[in-house]
Amino acid sequence: MAVQELSLGAGRGYSGRGHLSRAWSRLIRKKIAVACILTLLVVYSGGIFAAGIAPYGYTDQDYTVIRKPPSLEHLAGTDRAGRDLFTRVLWGIQNTVILTAVGMLTGGLVIGVTLGLVSGYSGKRVDDLIMRIGEVFSSFPDILLIIILVATLGDRIRDGMRWLEDNTFLEGLVRTGVADYVVVSLALVSFGWIGMARLVRGQILYIKETQHVEAAKAIGSSTPRILFRHLLPNAMSPIIVTATMGMGNMVGVEIVLSWLGLGIQPPRPSLGTMLFEGGNISVLRTEPWMLLAPGIAAWLMILSWNLLGDALNDVLNPRTR
Amino acid sequence: MWNYIVRRLLWLPVLLFAVSLITFGLGRFAPGDPVRVMLGNRYDPERAAIISKELGLDRHFFVQYGDYMWGFVRGDFGESLRYRGQPVRDLILPKMWVSARLALAAMTISIALGLPLGFFIAHRQGRWQDPAAVALSLVLMSIPIMVSVPALLWLLCLKLHWVPCSGWGGLIDPRIVVPAITMGVPGIAGLMRLMRASTLDVMNQDFIRTAHAKGLGAVRIDTRHVFRNAIIPIITIMAFALAGLIGGAFITETIMGIPGIGRFAVESIFNRDYPSIMAITLVGALAFVLANLLADLTYAFVDPRIRYQ
Repeated sequence: MAVQELSLGAGRGYSGRGHLSRAWSRLIRKKIAVACILTLLVVYSGGIFAAGIAPYGYTDQDYTVIRKPPSLEHLAGTDRAGRDLFTRVLWGIQNTVILTAVGMLTGGLVIGVTLGLVSGYSGKRVDDLIMRIGEVFSSFPDILLIIILVATLGDRIRDGMRWLEDNTFLEGLVRTGVADYVVVSLALVSFGWIGMARLVRGQILYIKETQHVEAAKAIGSSTPRILFRHLLPNAMSPIIVTATMGMGNMVGVEIVLSWLGLGIQPPRPSLGTMLFEGGNISVLRTEPWMLLAPGIAAWLMILSWNLLGDALNDVLNPRTR
Repeated sequence: MWNYIVRRLLWLPVLLFAVSLITFGLGRFAPGDPVRVMLGNRYDPERAAIISKELGLDRHFFVQYGDYMWGFVRGDFGESLRYRGQPVRDLILPKMWVSARLALAAMTISIALGLPLGFFIAHRQGRWQDPAAVALSLVLMSIPIMVSVPALLWLLCLKLHWVPCSGWGGLIDPRIVVPAITMGVPGIAGLMRLMRASTLDVMNQDFIRTAHAKGLGAVRIDTRHVFRNAIIPIITIMAFALAGLIGGAFITETIMGIPGIGRFAVESIFNRDYPSIMAITLVGALAFVLANLLADLTYAFVDPRIRYQ
């Protein structure tokens, strides 16, 4: 897939298979990597299909089972309002899954990779401009920038959404939480692109000097063809590793935001809000299980992405081992 | 070399200008009137207008910005909107000192565990200790700080009664244990891996083989040759490790009730205390940029092979 194999390579036992598919077969021989992929599959499908799996509704209050530790009826116990924590964790995971997927796809992959490609390939003024903007963004302590963005622009965007509801046929944007999703994703995107753009730029600067790119230019290939056919595929390995590790980071940031009360607003549950409630010292004293379920869910997601990124780094860049 | 330093220093004000303009703009164009927050229940439009005029909030955006920056350059960060009559500078300086000491404690934990571990597993490359240490450090690093702080508190404070549950008493005080561990442990993974890579890099070089060949003892080679050279690239990373601590400080200080700058930043954002937010962001950005510059320059001085154009 990455580099067209020369006929010479065919005799060496990897006939017609690209770098990525060979890396994949090395990856699934690693126990840790397989465990991570399975964990992510379980946790993510738990979140995505929360509506079908969850045994209760996330706002259902049952006053007969207030503050009960984990049991067979309530796998993760119940909170002070008699709500099922397992259900709430599943819905919380759903928020995290949506937000981090949007943040990574738009911020990290689309914007980051595109700007990195443009910056690395065009050089000079454009390169300077993009990298300088990136430098401005990265000279904020990133979590502070995100908090400021959400805290200040959040209400503006919610107001705008309300205006849209009043003046168009669209309805329920604020009530269903779409506005919150937009706010948080914007904030995640605002810092998510910089690292990726720098990485891709560095790769492109190196790859564009190689002979096969020179040859492509010599035979008159168009710029998009050179970019997407010759440059991007060769920069794929580090992009995959960075995106994977970045996912863990994004999950963390999303949880920080909702922990501060800046993310998805109640009554929709989110892992951060649940951790906030469970981390209170008086709650810890009497109902420590409230921290357990959301804590484990968050930890499993971040850990799996990090370990998977590490394993991918091993199989994709064998030289750095 | 000097050319490079001058260029970096000239770029510094431009960077700070952009950062300050963005922060100031976000603060001013955001809804949520600070005067309204300030007055709370005692709000009435007439008084609001008077206070607004008094604070200069009714002037043009760029006039306010220019006014603020002129003050900032002279060391006057304005007056807090939340704590009336108190200059922001007097509010944030003691809090920064608290956070700096906490960061120092956390950093000490990261370095004291990360560097020796990285050095050690580089010598065990290919054996079980190597991947085990990397995996363990990732497991610890992946615990979100809002989980690790309450979990440690539950264990050390509620169950074992070793430390008080919240508060701050300086560097030599049992209350620093939980925040220092929770902020320091995530840094171990990164430092350890860098140290491992850097040590391996040095160990494979010719002069180490020469040292072995001329009959130097293993300990002497490790201390005099390998460690000294392996530590050089780590210096550049320290600046970034410090930046990572800032993120942890927001949460840890808020949960633990530590009167540091992280907690104050979170409070200021919720109180829409713009002068405080501005000052924290600008000072933070300034420190961050300077730390990076310093790291790059130190790197160049300790490793003469590096030349900046």
